[in-house]
Amino acid sequence: MKKPANALKPHKSMNSNTLLLYITIVLFILLYAAGCLVYGDRGFTNLQTFLNLFRTNAGLICVACGITCVMLTGGIDISVGSLVALDCMLLAYGMSVWGLSAPVMILIVLAVGLVFGLVQGICVGYLQIQPFIVTMAGLFFARGMVSVISTEQLAITADVNQTFYDMASFRISLPFGGTVNRAGKVILPYIGIGVVIALVVLVLVFLMLRYTKFGRSLYAVGGNEQSAAMMGLDVKRTKLKAYVLCSLLCSIGGICYCMNTMMASTTQATGMEMDAISSAVIGGTLLTGGVGNVIGTLFGVLINGTISTIVLTNGKLASSWPNILTAVLLCFFIVLQSIFARLKEKNK
Amino acid sequence: MLNKKKLTQQQLFLPIVCVLLVLAVNIVYDVVQGRDFYDFFKIGIENGLLSGRIISILNRGSEVAILSIGMTLVVSASAGTDISVGSVMSLSASFCVMLIAGFGVSSVSSPDEFAMPMVVGLLGALLMGVLCGAFNGTLVAYLNIQPMVATLILWSAGRAIGLLLCNNLIVYIRVPEFGLFGGYVGPIPTPIIIAAACILVVTVLLKKTALGMYIQSVGINKKASRIAGLNSQRIIFLCYVLCGLCAGIAGIVASSRITSADSNNIGLDMEMDAILAVALGGNSLAGGRFNLAGSIIGAYTIQAITTTMYNLGVPSAVSPVFKAVIVILIVAIQAPPLKAWFKRLSASKALAGKEVANG
Amino acid sequence: MEDNIVLTMRGICMTFPGVKALDNVDFTLRKGEIHALMGENGAGKSTLIKCLTGINDFEAGEIRVNGIEGPVKNHSTLDAQKVGISTVYQEVNLCPNLSVAENLYIGREPMTPFHTIDRRTMNKKADELCKRLDIKVDVTQNLENYSLALQQMIAIARAVDMDCKALILDEPTSSLDDSEVEKLFKMMLQLKEQGVGIVFVTHFLEQVYAVCDRITVLRNGTLVGEYPVAELPRVKLVAAMMGKDFDDLASIKPEGFGVDKDAPLEISARGLSHKGTIKPFDLDIHKGEVIGLTGLLGSGRSELARSIYGADKAQTGTLKVEGKEAKINQPIDAMHMGMGLLPDDRKAEGIIGDLSVRENIILALQAKRGVFKQLPRAKQEEIADRYIDLLQIKTASRETPIKQLSGGNQQKAILARWLATDPNFLILDEPTRGIDVGTKTEIQKLIIQLASEGKSIMFISSEIEEMLRTCNRMAVLRDGAKVGELDGELTQERVMAAIAGGAENAQ
Repeated sequence: MKKPANALKPHKSMNSNTLLLYITIVLFILLYAAGCLVYGDRGFTNLQTFLNLFRTNAGLICVACGITCVMLTGGIDISVGSLVALDCMLLAYGMSVWGLSAPVMILIVLAVGLVFGLVQGICVGYLQIQPFIVTMAGLFFARGMVSVISTEQLAITADVNQTFYDMASFRISLPFGGTVNRAGKVILPYIGIGVVIALVVLVLVFLMLRYTKFGRSLYAVGGNEQSAAMMGLDVKRTKLKAYVLCSLLCSIGGICYCMNTMMASTTQATGMEMDAISSAVIGGTLLTGGVGNVIGTLFGVLINGTISTIVLTNGKLASSWPNILTAVLLCFFIVLQSIFARLKEKNK
Repeated sequence: MLNKKKLTQQQLFLPIVCVLLVLAVNIVYDVVQGRDFYDFFKIGIENGLLSGRIISILNRGSEVAILSIGMTLVVSASAGTDISVGSVMSLSASFCVMLIAGFGVSSVSSPDEFAMPMVVGLLGALLMGVLCGAFNGTLVAYLNIQPMVATLILWSAGRAIGLLLCNNLIVYIRVPEFGLFGGYVGPIPTPIIIAAACILVVTVLLKKTALGMYIQSVGINKKASRIAGLNSQRIIFLCYVLCGLCAGIAGIVASSRITSADSNNIGLDMEMDAILAVALGGNSLAGGRFNLAGSIIGAYTIQAITTTMYNLGVPSAVSPVFKAVIVILIVAIQAPPLKAWFKRLSASKALAGKEVANG
Repeated sequence: MEDNIVLTMRGICMTFPGVKALDNVDFTLRKGEIHALMGENGAGKSTLIKCLTGINDFEAGEIRVNGIEGPVKNHSTLDAQKVGISTVYQEVNLCPNLSVAENLYIGREPMTPFHTIDRRTMNKKADELCKRLDIKVDVTQNLENYSLALQQMIAIARAVDMDCKALILDEPTSSLDDSEVEKLFKMMLQLKEQGVGIVFVTHFLEQVYAVCDRITVLRNGTLVGEYPVAELPRVKLVAAMMGKDFDDLASIKPEGFGVDKDAPLEISARGLSHKGTIKPFDLDIHKGEVIGLTGLLGSGRSELARSIYGADKAQTGTLKVEGKEAKINQPIDAMHMGMGLLPDDRKAEGIIGDLSVRENIILALQAKRGVFKQLPRAKQEEIADRYIDLLQIKTASRETPIKQLSGGNQQKAILARWLATDPNFLILDEPTRGIDVGTKTEIQKLIIQLASEGKSIMFISSEIEEMLRTCNRMAVLRDGAKVGELDGELTQERVMAAIAGGAENAQ
């Protein structure tokens, strides 16, 4: 609808996208506070519990950053969970059976991610196949490849590969916020290498999205593909790069994930795509593309992590509750997005 | 040249070629193994039950065939796929078994222990399927959410809810009546009968009502359909409900086969098979015109592929790799940029030919 | 090439399958002028512009641009930008989710030594650019926070900053209100001062006379002429656009085909409106009447019809059909009241491309009967065959997908779809567009025949003579409102004067 003449001034009021992000941050604080109130006696108020959110979800943070980039272009990638499983299996199998060193295996895993992303990116960008179909095939392909490598459950112990084991168990202690245990010893809160990697990835992706041509073209393509093309951006290439980046970040995430679990199996990381997508969506990334950033995604991951922690701390709740709650949250936010979009349309 | 083109443009060209390919692989394999070349087609009777590889494929392929019916309609009307069918199958099965056995019971071995009559459980499963379909349909048709994102929610939550209903257990119902739906009626495997019945009902529905035309019309041009008096939203919604119902039926069959509800494994990877069936059947995943017969042939072809791979000694967990590759190949061939490229290629060839002729 | 000329197009020809879209069209744009490109639907305006900007590939003719040796042939909008031709469309081609500054500079952002975007410089440059063009925006805000008019101006600023010599504005004002249009004009005049040649495509006559120096008129793909504004008053412009000469076909109206004021009312609308497209209007339509809706493209003639039919649900007012109050929420409700609508955009809203001719013809009838009362196949075929025969639809068979038919035959099939429902009130929106003369006359005859059977017809067309031949009353629309009705003796002059409106109406 036509706006009055004074529409020259922008609506300084909060727009719906930032509103979604605020809802998410408030939701996280409320959830965590509720956890502290109810389970304060079970260590929920410890700094370490908070840090554990990062430790257990380091892999998810990387993956969710990747999926955010893809979703910014208006696409989606549901192969991420399977790819993480494939990475774990490759790492474990490579180090235990082939006896390769940790750095070599890490390079191989990254290369696999690159090729995987390249194929998916070509299918989506250049062949213009629906991203869902492509990445669903990718999901089944990667999951199948896990079984091709091995159907057994492989553990990565110190015997398998000392370097990797040391890397995984390396603790970076914080100089504050310690707790005193029963023996009267001060235990300082700590994080692992995985957390550092994840945070570095997060910061880099954040900067990339904000300050590089590629980052901005992701937003442009998601905002209006046709306009982006008319303004001289190479849409196909941008999409290709987005999928490659996503798969690469999945591989990095897979390494972090593996450091946390120190094992590989065929059913590993099932449903991780769901966690990653819901983290991004909860964090304010629009499914239609063009809006969102990784800070929101981080809060999405933290919310998912808090739900799991609460269910775990409770101990009596069934293990499927986190899955269900994640799906409910995702549904809630998707519907919210749809309603916001409709309101926006009406205001025009 | 002209005839050849016409042949490849037939809608059933793709599925039939696939069937022939699978047959060829089987025959070659049989001959190599020193069996009769017609071993594949042998139908025998063992212990009063039909047996043979074809029967086994028809039997095992029932669930996919049932799912592919619903999937075909969903793809046609909304140009998107319902990726929740496998999970909905599992959820329906869990709900059914939970109703029959009672919540928290891990095993029943006689009808006296039933918490509720079996009929209630079966109807419950169907209802659950319909509800899930309605949920998906509401999101897609009325809230305008992309079909695959909308169905993603149940795809992940379905199994989790199923586990919750079964109290995290694998619930067994060791009663022959329950096993009937996955067993035999007389010499014939029941799943075949159920699948045939579903196909028959839907075929009659499509033949005797205008539903088929409505669905295709909405799938091809939503705006024009609305102007011509169709209620696009309601039709898309209905397709998802039907798809959910199909998943419910498939769920009953699958759980009856193993006389239990195993939330984690019933219908696992089935969404992939169902989508593959639709694509193999010569239907475009971009919606519009559909061919149910193609999808069903596609479904049994997939089962034949699975069975053949199993016979060849490929582990069952690996078959998704092949299916994923096949899906991508089929969809890639249909992709507009590639089609345009082929067209340019043949055009330039024709041009070159002309020039040669002229020169 | 003369120095004061920005670009010339000579002898441009272009055919779409079955239609000659442009036939030997010339166009000249001079430095520092605002040049209106006028014409009705299908006149070839947008095709001509697409040839210029490289979206369409023209078959014959050449384009020359000042400062470039030899003929220029663009293959994409990017090519066109490189030779200094920028286009701003009605639909703003920017990204709403990026900031104003980013939209101005995306693809050519100023960079820091670390290969990152230098946001500060970018914002500063953007701010300077906007200040220079007198656009009052905060360049760090997202584009979507601003009104369409400002977005339009930002799109123009982007074009201007890319060193353009020729700026094409393709219906930039159709979604702007008066004060916004004024701001846009100010900017156009400013650019004109700077020596930019501006091609202004619009269908608002007022606006042409407000800013333009020169007018080029196209009709049916051919050049009517190029005129300085002062030499072409409104009525003459309308005549040039809509065709002045009667073709030699005799009048097809039978004797005594006039308004029967005593005939019962079929439709009676009071205060119907649809937000943003058509202002509240009253309209009565008698049985057996052909009412024409006339007005320029974008005047709200289609929108009026759509609000009656429920294609765009009317938000205010009441509608009575045959004296009874009708509640119409969507098209099917209107169909049950005996209405039918042949939409103007055949491809987007008319045909169901992949369905057969038979299915396309029976679709509306089937929808009216409901899903469970399927027409038996034999009956379907009978209906399809009857109309294929009656309207002489040229098709390989009734099972041919309709998308394989020519435009005219597609239109006949859609017409058949509505005739099959036996409507009492049929809305025909541009039923003859893109159709050969013979078929046109057939359709016109059919309209009169239907009216004589007691049905009411609402007829919308861009061609006045066609309306004069078929209508016995006309409603005139201008700028989204119904401004009057004409009955009695309908003449070309009266209709044109009414359409043109404005001050000259009195002359």
